Amino acid sequence: MIVRILNEGQWDLSDDAVNQLNSLDDMVEQAVATGDQQQLAEALHSLLEQVRSSGRPVPDDQLSDSDLILPAADATLDEIRELLSGADEGLVPNL
Amino acid sequence: MSGIFQRISLIFRAKTDKALDKMEDPRQTLDYSYQRQLELLQKVRRGVADVATSRKRVELQATQLNSQADKLTAQAQKALEVGREDLAREALTRRSGLQQQLTDLQAQHAQLQGEEEKLTRASQRLQAKVDAFRTRKETIKATYSAAEAQTRINEAFSGISEEMGDVGMAIQRAEDKTAQMQARAGAIDELLASGALDDPTGTAKDDITLELEALASTSDVESELASMKAALGTGPSAAAPALGSQPASGQPVAPAAPGQYQAPLAQNNYEAPPAQPNQGDLR
Repeated sequence: MIVRILNEGQWDLSDDAVNQLNSLDDMVEQAVATGDQQQLAEALHSLLEQVRSSGRPVPDDQLSDSDLILPAADATLDEIRELLSGADEGLVPNL
Repeated sequence: MSGIFQRISLIFRAKTDKALDKMEDPRQTLDYSYQRQLELLQKVRRGVADVATSRKRVELQATQLNSQADKLTAQAQKALEVGREDLAREALTRRSGLQQQLTDLQAQHAQLQGEEEKLTRASQRLQAKVDAFRTRKETIKATYSAAEAQTRINEAFSGISEEMGDVGMAIQRAEDKTAQMQARAGAIDELLASGALDDPTGTAKDDITLELEALASTSDVESELASMKAALGTGPSAAAPALGSQPASGQPVAPAAPGQYQAPLAQNNYEAPPAQPNQGDLR
């Protein structure tokens, strides 16, 4: 399973490793729901650390779609809410 | 794994796909997409350059603040030497204000450096993916018919458009941060311009410098006077009796000696104020 950490790149994770991330997913979701920046930062940090340590980096010149996209390590509550809002324009900037 | 990240992923993908579903002939889409990738790559490189410029500006300001802080320390030292504790206190107070600014600048510098590194890595990653896309694009165009090409193209697109979305966000972020820094840097420039901080051209002097210079020039004058008097041999001991003798010898003589204008005026006022204008008019 390929996981992208925004701003960092992609990692290839085994299904087992992905399953271990589930509790951290809940923690992030809770932090976003309650608006707790501190908890968000901590949960994100552990989550991304686990992806980096248990995953294998996908080479830069490999074009592959990610199965899962994770926010950047220093993402704020606002940025995550932004990521969750579908109303927005496309992400590729208007050049 | 489901929940929040699944949602983020779905929405992210929907957003990145928006840019690329316009073309009729899929092979035309390949060229269009490649064009946009190259443009984005250029934009990232410009972004890296912009962040680097901001970082250098912060460095320059930190250097200026540092030298100003050093100068204030020297001023405080000097003020204490001439016994002006009030001036020394003022100089040190200003320095502690600068120290606060410096701490902020250092934090900004670290942030900009982080952004610069991230963007540089993003730029390298995107470059590698764009190269890979170009290779794949040529293969697809040469090998497959228009109908077959569509599936291949979708595969190639999903990876690159995701990368473009990611890099697009990184660029946006860096631009926002740089704009913030520039606003703050502008505020420090204003401080510099108002003379509160050191003027690098050296044209303006702050009030502490002016006062210390005034003190220094007063004491220079005094010491020069003293050494001149000493060189004359008569010295202060000879001058003192001479001045003392004048008032002692007689009051009318004393005002005449230091200034000739004062004496006649005093006489006019007391003896014949109306007589002198009349005399002048008549003769």
